[in-house]
Amino acid sequence: MIHFVILLSRQGKVRLTKWYSPYQQKERATVIRELSGLILSRGPKLCNFVEWKGYKVVYRRYASLYFCMCIDQDDNELEILEIIHHFVEILDRYFGSVCELDLIFNFHKAYYILDEILIAGELQESSKKTVARLIAAQDTMVETAKEEAGSISNMISQAM
Amino acid sequence: MNPFSSGTRLRDMIKAIRACKTAAEERAVVRKECAAIRSSISENDQDYSHRNIAKLMFIHMLGYPTHFGQMECLKLIASAGFPEKRIGYLGLMLLLDERQEVLMLVTNSLKQDLGHTNQYIVGLALCALGNICSAEMARDLAPEVERLLLTRDPNIKKKAALCSIRIIRKVPDLAENFSSPATSLLKEKHHGVLIAGVQLCTDLCKVSEDASNHLRKNCTEGLVRILKDICNSPYAPEYDIAGITDPFLHIRVLRLLRMLGHGDADTSEYINDILAQVASKTESNKNAGNAILYECVETIMGIEATSGLRVLAINILGRFLSNRDNNIRYVALNMLMKAISVDSQAVQRHRTTILECVKDSDASIRKRALELVFLLVNDTNAKPLTKELIDYLEVSDQDFKGDLTSKICSIIEKFSQEKKWYIDQMVKVLSLAGNYVKDNVWHALIVAISNAPDLQGYSVRSLYKAFQLSSEQVSLVQVTIWCIGEYGEMLVNNVGVLQVEEPMTVTESDAVDVLESCLTHHSTDITTQSMCLIALLKLSSRFPPSSGRVKEIITTHIGSVVLELQQRAIEFNSIIQRHQNIKSSLVERMPVLDESTFISKRAGSSQANISTEKSNQQLPSGASLKLSNGVAKPAASPLVDLLDLSLDDTPVPTSTSNDFLHDLLDVGLTNSSSSGVASASGTDILMDLLSIGTPVQSNTTPENGSSIKAKPNTATVQVVDLLDGLASNGSHPGAQSPVHPSITAYQSSTLKITFSFTKQPDKPQVTQIHATFMNLSSEAYTDFIFQAAVPKFIQLHLDPANSNHLPASGNGRITQTFTITNTQHGQKPLAMRIRIAYKVSNQERLEQGQINNFPPGL
Repeated sequence: MIHFVILLSRQGKVRLTKWYSPYQQKERATVIRELSGLILSRGPKLCNFVEWKGYKVVYRRYASLYFCMCIDQDDNELEILEIIHHFVEILDRYFGSVCELDLIFNFHKAYYILDEILIAGELQESSKKTVARLIAAQDTMVETAKEEAGSISNMISQAM
Repeated sequence: MNPFSSGTRLRDMIKAIRACKTAAEERAVVRKECAAIRSSISENDQDYSHRNIAKLMFIHMLGYPTHFGQMECLKLIASAGFPEKRIGYLGLMLLLDERQEVLMLVTNSLKQDLGHTNQYIVGLALCALGNICSAEMARDLAPEVERLLLTRDPNIKKKAALCSIRIIRKVPDLAENFSSPATSLLKEKHHGVLIAGVQLCTDLCKVSEDASNHLRKNCTEGLVRILKDICNSPYAPEYDIAGITDPFLHIRVLRLLRMLGHGDADTSEYINDILAQVASKTESNKNAGNAILYECVETIMGIEATSGLRVLAINILGRFLSNRDNNIRYVALNMLMKAISVDSQAVQRHRTTILECVKDSDASIRKRALELVFLLVNDTNAKPLTKELIDYLEVSDQDFKGDLTSKICSIIEKFSQEKKWYIDQMVKVLSLAGNYVKDNVWHALIVAISNAPDLQGYSVRSLYKAFQLSSEQVSLVQVTIWCIGEYGEMLVNNVGVLQVEEPMTVTESDAVDVLESCLTHHSTDITTQSMCLIALLKLSSRFPPSSGRVKEIITTHIGSVVLELQQRAIEFNSIIQRHQNIKSSLVERMPVLDESTFISKRAGSSQANISTEKSNQQLPSGASLKLSNGVAKPAASPLVDLLDLSLDDTPVPTSTSNDFLHDLLDVGLTNSSSSGVASASGTDILMDLLSIGTPVQSNTTPENGSSIKAKPNTATVQVVDLLDGLASNGSHPGAQSPVHPSITAYQSSTLKITFSFTKQPDKPQVTQIHATFMNLSSEAYTDFIFQAAVPKFIQLHLDPANSNHLPASGNGRITQTFTITNTQHGQKPLAMRIRIAYKVSNQERLEQGQINNFPPGL
């Protein structure tokens, strides 16, 4: 299973974290610090797998962001690389040429997308189209609800 | 609107935080925002709760504490609207973890949401449950999730399946409930549901044997069909990745097949064909294809495959190994480790490639390759492999050297068939990377050298040569010091030269030079310096002409601030100066250390992890036992410890070091009741004897406990003795009450010793003994020295004798008084070993004996 997902910027700033195994807040901070040091210092030609504390961490760099996923020893590392790419492609499709700023200002949307791809540390959906469709449907629901709320308060404020 | 509530939108807050130039500025902004959020929460402001939680999440990602927002998340989850629920669940998953009790409060909301009409809300609940639920929540909500597994909506189905995985992981007992729904999932067409379903089945197999059997019987066929379909399917745009339809599903099915086929011949046979098809059809120019091939090879290795299939798998591995992509090579090395157990011959063929990988620039690959090489070593290729590895050791990175060294040392130890090769390789490794070599490794080297008498000369010469070149490697220095100390004369006199050796002359002063330079260069390392000092002492005995120089060197350390060194320097100095007669026997060659017990002890102690500094030091330098005892032992203890080691050959942890001496005394005391003096008690003589070389009371330890079998001594006798002894108070030899008659302690053809006893009434433990020595021979004795040794529970205080010249034929006597305090008075009798040294016509003589016939009650 995937134990956690971390997105790191080149400077070591955390852009997204998702934990599928129990890690307390302090432990999370330590893990992030350690992995930042480990991964950011690796050269470009080296392989995308790092051994860390009995687990394997698979990472890949996309522009200025490192996508890291921690897996068990007996998992398939190459598949995780594919999952990372799957996630990035969906983000790209959603935001339209996604860049780091998109993920900073719309982090909650990035989380929603991740929640449609992984649950309990396992892959949920292999079709990008389906994921996009589901996210779009939920976004529409939010829009409708906001509009309704807006129109009600309009009505009330107009009534007053 | 509340004037204190934060009107800033999420976007603005993020901009403000990003615009901060310093950490202090950022903290100020965050603090302001948190205050606003807190007041907004306490105001119960509904309008902004959505925004507040979003802000809180951002602040949380920056690393600030945000626990005050947890209840707000719960409120949001409980509210009716979809957007609130969405952000509420997200906040829940981010700000809380499963160990917090607040989580339990969500259970009710979750239950309601799991039954909601809006499918997306059900999805939210399932997602949150699947990511963060604790064991109790899992138990509570499992029935709901089970029900949801059977809905029609594939979105809910797949989420429910993954949620079930988490439930099973948290509460394995519930696995049976999910068994049959899981099998029905495998009949679906929707890929998302299939992936989740296959994963659920895999986890079920891991957790429950029954589920595993059930799946094996019912689902194997279906799985193979799924795999065939996607393998042969035409281009499907929705699931296509790099020309392969849904590689994720491929991989998951392969994994489940592996679990089902493992250990089961029928299933394995059934899936042979499809595995062969996947292995040969999949293209490997893209990562997706390689991922599938990787999983395929793992599966082939994991089941009872035919040999043809195995060959196919190994071929794929070979191709991977020569791929230029680092990832692929890493994965190949990983797989090869598993392949060794299946077909080690095939793996051996790739040995050269693997060796190349050990030298790769990528640390992960190097590590994998080294482990693999270690598994590949067998008797035939041990020598060339070791040579290659040692060559690489010279140029490898610092952080890799530690791993590499320990692996090389294990290989050398495991596969050395000749001692000489072993010694050679170890010397090389020590010269290249001695600082990374663990202590027990070079201890083993010393044990080996001491067990190979014909190679000792060769060893000490090789070490001497190696030392000249690489004297910074501490372990090398330590081994060299020990060997020069022990086998110094072999080094100088070129003893046991082998044919392959080049001639070399080393003088005594060269050897002493080496030790002297070690003392100066390694002035921070106490172990090394201590070893140097004892080695110098040994040399002063082996090379008498250099004794003066050695003494000078040792004297410089008399003022050392390190207590250990100071003590050793003083004591060794005193041995050299005053105790030349015992010096040579003190530093005799160490008894051969028993290899087999050493190895087994080492295996045991390495497991128990008792490799403290102290226990390590016991082996190379006998005198270092002093450190562990913490009791000030006089100079003679090197020999003590020597005998310790010979008696109990293994370097055991310090906690039992006192037990040695205890054991020694055990043997000694039980023998005191019988007449036979075994060799063990022989050592006892020396031990106790030398412990009184200086007028220091011999040690009493409380360890002498249960196992000593004392002579039967009734207490009543003691009381009687005490009372009888009341009358006498003085120390008149012979004028004592008959309760403590004088005894002839020792009699030989040349010497007679009588003891007489006095006791003071108020001190029953204390006895004064007056010894009278008579010369029975016809020549006078000069330099007469009497020494006595007593067990640990007895304290002995010797007064000086009245003379050390004993006229012949009993014409004169020497008397000496000593006081004995028996701390175990009444429980254990007195026992004593004596040693008399004297000179007859300038020839030294030595007599030893044991006194068993002490009257009871002393």
